[in-house]
Amino acid sequence: MNFPEELKYTEDHEWIKVDGTTGFIGLTDHAQGELGDVVFIDIEEDIEEIELGESFGTIEAVKTVADILAPVNGKVLEINTALNDNPETVNNDPYGEGWLIKIEITDPSELDKLMDVNAYKVLIGQ
Amino acid sequence: MKQTIFQQMHLDAKAKMVSFAGDEMPIQYPQGIIHEHNVVRNDVGVFDVSHMGEFEVRGKDALAFVQKITINDASKLNPGNVQYSAMCKPDGGIVDDLLVYNMDTYFMLVVNGANIDKDYAWCLENTKGMDVELTNMTDEINLLAVQGPKSLDTLNGLADVDMSEIEFYNYKLGKLNAVEMILSRTGYTGELGFELYFKGDKAVAEGVWKAVFEAGKAHNIEPVGLGCRDTLRLEKCYCLYGNDIDETTNPIEAGLGWITKLAKGEFNGSDVIAKVKEDKPNRRLVGFMVEAEKFIPRHNYKISLEGKEIGHVTSGNISPTLGKGIGLAYVAWDNKASGTKIDIEARGKKFAAEIVKLPFVK
Repeated sequence: MNFPEELKYTEDHEWIKVDGTTGFIGLTDHAQGELGDVVFIDIEEDIEEIELGESFGTIEAVKTVADILAPVNGKVLEINTALNDNPETVNNDPYGEGWLIKIEITDPSELDKLMDVNAYKVLIGQ
Repeated sequence: MKQTIFQQMHLDAKAKMVSFAGDEMPIQYPQGIIHEHNVVRNDVGVFDVSHMGEFEVRGKDALAFVQKITINDASKLNPGNVQYSAMCKPDGGIVDDLLVYNMDTYFMLVVNGANIDKDYAWCLENTKGMDVELTNMTDEINLLAVQGPKSLDTLNGLADVDMSEIEFYNYKLGKLNAVEMILSRTGYTGELGFELYFKGDKAVAEGVWKAVFEAGKAHNIEPVGLGCRDTLRLEKCYCLYGNDIDETTNPIEAGLGWITKLAKGEFNGSDVIAKVKEDKPNRRLVGFMVEAEKFIPRHNYKISLEGKEIGHVTSGNISPTLGKGIGLAYVAWDNKASGTKIDIEARGKKFAAEIVKLPFVK
């Protein structure tokens, strides 16, 4: 399994990639592996904000359904609509084309509370 | 945790193993459930279903015993025939669904892996006063299900009998890879397929596994797990014990009237079942298709009609063939008509669905 060093991670297996005040959010390789085949990603089209720790959408996999929780507060800039036709991208490229949502980070200090790659690896026993 | 005799084969194929019915079973292999689903629909896949239970019934009263504990008419079975049936409690609740094999000199009952102990105890109790010898053969019998349109081509040259002559719900005795077995044209996928029952140790079992995969190589054969077993059966609307049927459901409301042969005479639950049939049950197992976007129904989600709760989902998943959410549900008898628009409730929201004719995939 692959865990890029430049990302921040949550206990709920989301990652956030930070570029200035912009953040891309997705699911970790571990999470997609546990979920198995992802078939739908349901994020409200008109969502404007995401709220730290709150669900902003659901992932339907064959085996189960999971909430996607916001790692930080933010304003929604873009939803990855390419996943509507190709949800399996979340399985195949979880840190790249499989990103879920792009946000403007409201308070960058919230990032400090997230895990770095080493802490995340400990969490999942890697 | 018990392991099946094919454990090493699963590990070699990098299966994801889970606990199921007291056994460690493969839920999927690396390419995933949807891929495996399509393998079975298009080519041929092999399930290890050795967790299933097999009971042998012998003795002068063997037929009378099977007639008493099962709801279908086992007297119609000739040697070589297999029958889908169910066992009921006196109150009509379903103890288990099962296959009944007429093995000429005895009957073989094939029951769900999760119910083996319960079923054996129930069967044993019912042998009282009868000349019946009941034997639990589960630990001695290995079972592989070879399923898919290419299953016949895979097995035909391998077995010493002409597999193409075995009709649906029939079996032949023969040898495959020099191992004696029951070659049964049955399965839980709705595809052309065979189930292979045979005895033997790890070397024998792995020998059969490898021979089947060698023969299937030209037909894109792959090992497939319990995950796709569920999506495959759901597309064909086969009941899953513990989800769609259990001791609180009767065969009439579960849509199993077609295997309930009240004309055969008295059997466990027959009085109650006859009354349910006459009075019409309160609810009915139906199939529904999700119309809402990006939603998969799941076990126990509530179902409502114009705001009024009318039932609950018993099985739900995505249909990989249709690309839509599908499911089975109990709904109030008066709301069971196909075309009825229903709502499925999950996460505080309502998702539109419609009751449809079965099966989902022809």
